[in-house]
Amino acid sequence: MALVQRLWESLTRRIDSMLFGPALAIVGIGLVTLFSAADQSVARETSQALSLSFAIALMWMFANIAPQTLARAAVPLYTVAVAMLIGVAMFGVVVNGSRRWLPLGVARFQPSELMKIALPLMLAWYFQKFEGRIRWRDFVFAAILIVVPVYLIKRQPDLGTALLIGASGFYVLYLAGLSWKVIVGLFAVGAAVGPMVWSHLHDYQRERILTFLDPSRDPLGAGYHSTQASIALGSGGIVGKGWLNGTQTHLDFLPERHTDFIFAVFGEEFGLIGNTVLLVLYMLLIGRAMMITANASTLFSRLLAGAITLMFFTYAFVNMAMVSGILPVVGVPLPLVSYGGTALISLFIGLGILMSVQAHRKLVMT
Amino acid sequence: MSRRLLFASRRRGSGAGGLGASELRNPERDVYHFRRRLSLVAVLVFAAFCGLFARFFYLQVIQRAHFETLAETNRIAIVPIVPNRGVITDRNGIVLAQSYSAYTLEITPSRIRNLDETIDQLANIVEIQPRDRKRFRKLLEESKDFESLPLRTRLTDEEVARFAVNRYRFPGVDIKARLFRQYPFGEIASHVVGYIGRINDKDNERIADWDETANYKGSDYIGKVGIELSYERELHGTTGVEDVEVDAGGRAVRTLRRTPPVSGNNLTLSLDIKLQQVAEAAFGDRRGALVAIDPTSGDVLAFVSKPGFDPNLFVDGIDSANWQELNDSPDKPLLNRPLRGAYPPGSTIKPFLALAALTSGRRTAAQTIYDPGFFQIPGQAHRFRDDKPGGHGTVDMYKSIVQSCDTYYYMLANDTDIDDTARFLGRFGFGQKTGIDIEGELTGVLPSREWKRQRFAGKNYRDENRKWYLGDSISAGIGQGYNAFTPIQLAHAIAMIANDGVGFTPHLVKSVLNVKTGEVREIAREPASHIALRPEYLATIKHALAGVAKEGTSAAAFKDAKYVSAGKTGTAQVYSLKGEKYSERNVDERLRDHAWYMGYAPADHPTIAVAVLVENGGFGAAAAAPIVRKVFDHYLLGETEPGAAKDVPDAGDDESD
Repeated sequence: MALVQRLWESLTRRIDSMLFGPALAIVGIGLVTLFSAADQSVARETSQALSLSFAIALMWMFANIAPQTLARAAVPLYTVAVAMLIGVAMFGVVVNGSRRWLPLGVARFQPSELMKIALPLMLAWYFQKFEGRIRWRDFVFAAILIVVPVYLIKRQPDLGTALLIGASGFYVLYLAGLSWKVIVGLFAVGAAVGPMVWSHLHDYQRERILTFLDPSRDPLGAGYHSTQASIALGSGGIVGKGWLNGTQTHLDFLPERHTDFIFAVFGEEFGLIGNTVLLVLYMLLIGRAMMITANASTLFSRLLAGAITLMFFTYAFVNMAMVSGILPVVGVPLPLVSYGGTALISLFIGLGILMSVQAHRKLVMT
Repeated sequence: MSRRLLFASRRRGSGAGGLGASELRNPERDVYHFRRRLSLVAVLVFAAFCGLFARFFYLQVIQRAHFETLAETNRIAIVPIVPNRGVITDRNGIVLAQSYSAYTLEITPSRIRNLDETIDQLANIVEIQPRDRKRFRKLLEESKDFESLPLRTRLTDEEVARFAVNRYRFPGVDIKARLFRQYPFGEIASHVVGYIGRINDKDNERIADWDETANYKGSDYIGKVGIELSYERELHGTTGVEDVEVDAGGRAVRTLRRTPPVSGNNLTLSLDIKLQQVAEAAFGDRRGALVAIDPTSGDVLAFVSKPGFDPNLFVDGIDSANWQELNDSPDKPLLNRPLRGAYPPGSTIKPFLALAALTSGRRTAAQTIYDPGFFQIPGQAHRFRDDKPGGHGTVDMYKSIVQSCDTYYYMLANDTDIDDTARFLGRFGFGQKTGIDIEGELTGVLPSREWKRQRFAGKNYRDENRKWYLGDSISAGIGQGYNAFTPIQLAHAIAMIANDGVGFTPHLVKSVLNVKTGEVREIAREPASHIALRPEYLATIKHALAGVAKEGTSAAAFKDAKYVSAGKTGTAQVYSLKGEKYSERNVDERLRDHAWYMGYAPADHPTIAVAVLVENGGFGAAAAAPIVRKVFDHYLLGETEPGAAKDVPDAGDDESD
């Protein structure tokens, strides 16, 4: 008995329950919603559950890797990711008119996925290296580290991912102490060149923005998604129509309902109460992640943990804002809820890193 | 706790080097700044989530009634209307593929409690065969529950009426009008026209690549082979949209708004279906390929791959028995032989090699050799045999082509570098795709030193395997050895000779008609390549090719023709008989030689060029040349053997001689 207990203890030593608890609750909500969204398909459910167990195993692994070890992987990982992006530009596979995939024998690999981890890791490592004597030119160099992959991903073209990765880089810069003047300046410039960017956008990107402004433009495509998602949420009311009872969902009006638009299914069946519970769970998760970030022992851990936390927030916010019609339709899944193994795995790896940071925190401060 | 502390401090001691130094600077201040920035983020996060909550509140409380009505009346289904697929006709407007509308009996599985019971009950009203049930099961496995799936296709009017009366008993069962594809000529030109089939995952990827996913909503079929595949995007059309009000059961009650679909473009092929019928009939039940080209334009006039298949079988989803028969047949009816069959060219390569020899100056037309019936590489014992025992005696270039003397070309190959030969032949398109407008073309093999090095690269081969030997050149010199060309390549090359060195990319589609605007787009017919050849050299070769049909190896086939034609026979070895004499009787049918003939007519002003290959047909003059004779007779004189070409096409009943 004692042996089992000790084994259990050593297994769970690095698991942060205050992070893991909300995450599991959200995943649970996801599985329940998925069952309804995928027309009670047991196969989908099992497949997602399988990805989940694999993701949790990976989380445990990363929780047991010291941040310093991760720091050593930063430069090689970033270099490989950039090299792969260049590879994609030169001999990538074109799918959906975008060159995003690297052919690797039987499978295709999307290097921009790797970059999502590699860029914050690299930036955190860089600032750690010059900790205490960070000057403006370090920010310039860091900006180059961000711009190179963002540019390469943008011209694939995958503007959505480019922006998200750019944002993750920006978060690190901000947390590392980028001058307010520069930040305000950047936003000012951004607002000024906005109209110029329009002329550089691809047709489909313009189409999406136009559709966002007027959903009836494209009744079979993105506009339809947006309209139907709003109807689903709104008609759910305060208490929702009940599990498996969403008419929008089950009369086949909602598209992509088990992936990017799963939140509409949830909102229709569980109403404002359900939505509020989910919002609170996300806030608990992000709040705990922020506490871990604040207490991290080194600059590297702080920056890395901060970037992961903010990305969690960004994905959750962008997805829910998109489904409820505040933002245009972009291909961003709802973290821990949407169907899809890859996203689940990278999210739990993120949680694992946060747990490792927490386990290696300084205990001198109260 | 204390253990953790110890651990942390040990880490700091031994860990990253810069850490200790920076701690001394002002760690508290740094951490303070960091936390201040983080707090700001926390405020923003909270504000953003409050914003989301506000939005949810707005949608789900304030606007709830509005959206509830919308969801209630979200009986407005947006239904795609499938456009009519374009018609494919031959060059004279005879229909080769068309769509027609027919009633189908469809089931939406998600709305039915007991499928088997429902189907059993339906069987009392309309005829449902085991085959229909099987196909329905298959569709059911592949589909999403909410799709409506056809159980029976092509209902008769009486069946429609009978179901209409009983409709109230079957919620979730409906009569729908769907478009079906029909190929009136059946097996004739099946490899050209191809067929459509149900859209599968791979097709969906293709559709996504075109960024056409919205346009294929509602489409069940897509081109799979031939013109139907290669011109899919012309043929498909633009899907329309209909806003339909549906009742509680999901049935359409009335149409609110309608954007009509735009039919796909009609294609006019360069193919002459009558000529095609004559050509296919001329094959009888032999296997092989034929390509006829108008040398002055690149129009493909006939494109035969025998045996063919009935594309109508594929439209509804082919049943497994038919599929197995087609797929497992040793005759390979699904193989597109003109594009994907690579055969040694045999003696048909000789005129090209003779032209190369003239152009490089290695031979003159008058220069003669003596043929004892074989050729030996000096110093080697192996005899490369001529097909005529005892030899052709004294042979000049004219005679070498007319009588197809092997020894002449063994000697020529001995005097020529293979890389020079490959370069010259490459200009005629050998060993390359011709660029014809249907998919799946193979390049074949035009051997050279570099080709052999790459073909036998890797660990499985030794250096000796990679080296080019003189013996390789000698075999290649009579079109055997490593040479392998597709029938379309040979047709293209002889068309270039016929057209004095000017080549057009062969094309099957002549023009595209936009049904909506009436605008006709001609497929561009600019010369694709031009080989600068000395007119007198070209004249020598063309004179010899005319000699073949007049007094040479194909003279018997073209006896009493009312026009002058030119051509060359060829025989491609399938089975290498080491030194033994080839005898048709001793060899298994499938190992018999392939018979070639290529030619053009009229010889002085060619309007048609043809290459034909009869698999295991034996000697080219006997098996292949008579087919070309029939094609020329029909094309130039309008003469047709009785029964070869039918005036009225009818579906189902295929080719008969």
